[in-house]
Amino acid sequence: MEKDPNNILDEVTQGEYKYGFYTDIEMDTAPMGLSEDTVRFISAKKNEPEWLLQYRLDAYRKWLVMTEPTWAHIHHAPINYQDIFYYAAPKRKKELTNLDEVDPELIETFNKLGISLEEQKRLTGVAVDAVIDSVSVKTTFTETLEKQGIIFCSFSEAVQKVPELVKQYLGTVVPSDDNYFAALNSAVFSDGSFCYIPKGVRCPIELSTYFRINAANTGQFERTLIIGDEGSYVSYMEGCTAPMRDENQLHAAIVEIIALKDAQVKYSTVQNWYPGNKKGEGGIYNFVTKRGICKGNNSKISWTQVETGSAITWKYPSVVLMGDNSVGEFYSVAVTNNFQQADTGSKMIHLGKNTKSTIISKGISAGQSSNSYRGLVKMTKRAENSRNFSQCDSLLLGDRCGAHTFPYIKTENKTSIVEHEATTSKISDDQLFYCNQRGISTESAIGLIVNGYAREVLKQLPMEFAVEAQKLLSISLEGSVG
Amino acid sequence: MEMKGIIMDGISTSFNIKDTLLKLFDDNIGSLSEKDTPEIAEMRRKAIAVFARQGFPHTKLEKWRNTDLSKVLNHDFSFPMEPQTQDVNFEEIFRCDVPGFDTHMISQLNGCFIDRGKTLLQANTGVIACSMAEAFIRHKDHIINHFGKYASISDNGLTALNTAFARDGVFIYVPDNTEVEEIIQVVNLIHSEGDIFVQPRNLVILGRNSSLKLVQCDDSVDDNTGFINSVTEVVLSEGSRLDHYKLQNKNNRSALINNIYFHLEAGANLSTNAISLNGGLIRNEANVKLNGRGAHADILGVYLMDRNQHIDNQVFVDHAQPDCTSNELFKGILDDQASGVFNGHILVRQDAQRTNAYQNNKNILISDKAVIDTRPFLEIYADDVKCSHGATVGQLDSEAMFYLRSRGISMENARMLLMYAFAAEIVNRISIPRLKQRIDDLVKKRLRGELSICEQCVLHCSTKEQKVVFDIDMSKV
Repeated sequence: MEKDPNNILDEVTQGEYKYGFYTDIEMDTAPMGLSEDTVRFISAKKNEPEWLLQYRLDAYRKWLVMTEPTWAHIHHAPINYQDIFYYAAPKRKKELTNLDEVDPELIETFNKLGISLEEQKRLTGVAVDAVIDSVSVKTTFTETLEKQGIIFCSFSEAVQKVPELVKQYLGTVVPSDDNYFAALNSAVFSDGSFCYIPKGVRCPIELSTYFRINAANTGQFERTLIIGDEGSYVSYMEGCTAPMRDENQLHAAIVEIIALKDAQVKYSTVQNWYPGNKKGEGGIYNFVTKRGICKGNNSKISWTQVETGSAITWKYPSVVLMGDNSVGEFYSVAVTNNFQQADTGSKMIHLGKNTKSTIISKGISAGQSSNSYRGLVKMTKRAENSRNFSQCDSLLLGDRCGAHTFPYIKTENKTSIVEHEATTSKISDDQLFYCNQRGISTESAIGLIVNGYAREVLKQLPMEFAVEAQKLLSISLEGSVG
Repeated sequence: MEMKGIIMDGISTSFNIKDTLLKLFDDNIGSLSEKDTPEIAEMRRKAIAVFARQGFPHTKLEKWRNTDLSKVLNHDFSFPMEPQTQDVNFEEIFRCDVPGFDTHMISQLNGCFIDRGKTLLQANTGVIACSMAEAFIRHKDHIINHFGKYASISDNGLTALNTAFARDGVFIYVPDNTEVEEIIQVVNLIHSEGDIFVQPRNLVILGRNSSLKLVQCDDSVDDNTGFINSVTEVVLSEGSRLDHYKLQNKNNRSALINNIYFHLEAGANLSTNAISLNGGLIRNEANVKLNGRGAHADILGVYLMDRNQHIDNQVFVDHAQPDCTSNELFKGILDDQASGVFNGHILVRQDAQRTNAYQNNKNILISDKAVIDTRPFLEIYADDVKCSHGATVGQLDSEAMFYLRSRGISMENARMLLMYAFAAEIVNRISIPRLKQRIDDLVKKRLRGELSICEQCVLHCSTKEQKVVFDIDMSKV
């Protein structure tokens, strides 16, 4: 499908956050604030088994004695955890059986977001699980997947349908007391996506989750659990947006990935939460724990992320390389503009022999933003002949922004090789001059150079996302040069 | 065996050194502050308050995560307030054996300056090298202008403790437009009957367009436990130049905390080289502030540790002004159960445009029990900069090893050769030929494991000097 080039140009130069609308959907919310009662309320609402309630309560008690981490290179006003709705769901009139019964307002919302559930289903062949505020509203393509034995549904559905799988794996990668935000999520997570790929199955289509924060004063606490059984393959995508609001909203999610023997899981994110306005007001506080474990030998987990949104990003997708010969990858482009703050990176924990990991991180900061890479590479004693290569580049566009790199490298054996390199620089005048000379305006030249700079990561994205990501990059940087 | 421990701000020991030190300060405040100006007396009070609040650093602190002081603090230390020099034969212990290494030697014993009646050749041109105790009385203007101005006490409990007790150490002053021809060598020895805790405090001031070569040696002469908490402030005025070397060769029971604060004005040029050959626990903190246009700093280091030794290099480079350049290179070889830490931090402030900063840390682990933690940080707030950093950890290059082996060189020799070549990148940068040769020899000896057996210290070994050669003819390789 060809698009009129003029339209693309308009789209790119508008430079506003275009997902900032708000839909008036009737909501079902828990009372504001957090207490054991809130936790019980959520659990009851979801009709959860007793063990899950206990898991939540246990996490809540742990959270109570924990303190908010302060080590990240971010600054924000203290978060009032009692000032948030922990549960907000679009009110359902009755059980949904087909798409026609979905609230028309809701369908409209997703159409505006460019994800027409119906259309997507037919045209792109991507199975979508749409999560609004906290609750999964619609999962497409379920049947096609079921034929292969793939389970792809909302988290609460999984708790009902395959409780034994959920119980076996929930919290095994990110324990409930892993960190402050993980504990909070473990206590109040409302919904999310669940995915299980059976032995030897190669998932034929891309799986995708779409997250949307809609209601005011809500926090979104979704939980994703992906299990790749022996010899399976899956490519999973995640996208997210939120309305423009003056107050900050909290998003504390957990993603857990388990790759068993010979399994491969590829997880791609285009994160486009509302970043706040040009004065730095509003925006999403994004505190996310993402971790995968290569449990079996020869397994592989790959994270790709494009971070353009959120007022604050605190996110370290990690891989625990437990199986021998397992592979971990992390590709990231993080763009910050205006007053955005990002502290993001990856952790690669090598436990098994001959494990390999790659970290490619490209930071771009503009305006008055701050963009940090923080990462850990750990080679334990057992991880013989393991290999890591990390490259973290930062690009500065403007003299009021910051770009920081905080790598941690720990090596405990003599046969592993760890390499880390990083550079920080601005777009050189030579490059700009070269483009200008050939009739390319400064703005487009910067777009060109930035896209080239981020290419290494963008090419890792599934096709559908790659296009969106490139557009996002230009929009995020719009007006940052001058 | 469960020891009855005292919890001292996160450190569990059987001796409460913190309280002992606080009491010691209260008891001696009179004699400590006797010669002080009101400002310095005030600074001492503030510093001890900081120490009282923060105590000794523990592993819960980000900067101390990988260096645990609890073991080295767990001793029944004595805290000498006066030099104990009665039964020490200075000629015997302060004896430089670097052949032809002609220096003006300043001797420090247990953190106290020892006046051995030597004077600098250029003393008449105003170059001063004396004790801090003397400087507090005779060079008050310099003390008022510079003492405690660069070593921030607020975020470092150990620097605060040193500042509170600052009393003796070395004071060096080079007037404007003066080139000091002699190499000044400060030899810092610990010699005592029992376990000892010392806190030397040094101040080095270089006037405009002056230059100085300074060698600081830290050695032990016996096997007693020493804890050295040393703080050195170095001021490089406009256009001045300092060549600085730190040689560390201590016994395995000693702990050495070496805090140096370099302050560089416009056009100043610093080259500092930390060579750590031996020592139970060594922590070098180099804080370099580039505070004027065109200032340049080379911060180099090499460490060769084995057994249970621990080396920690912390480098903080603060690019506070535009057009400054800095270059960091640290290389280390760790054997046995040795552990190493490198924490480099480059800060480029908002308007420090056209900064060029480079940082590199390379490590080789020889044994499976050796551990290295490396953290090369960049924190950048200016856009027109070129900053890069790298860190590698690996073993000896297997291809290079194969190349050597295939030419009939034994495993042991090939290994030695490669390790030597690895360290040579730093050693070759030493600009004092005699010193370079000597260190070169020491590195070879260290790699052969000879140093730890027959020698106790870098520059005053009692064995006869012998030329160290490889078994193989290098020219044929």
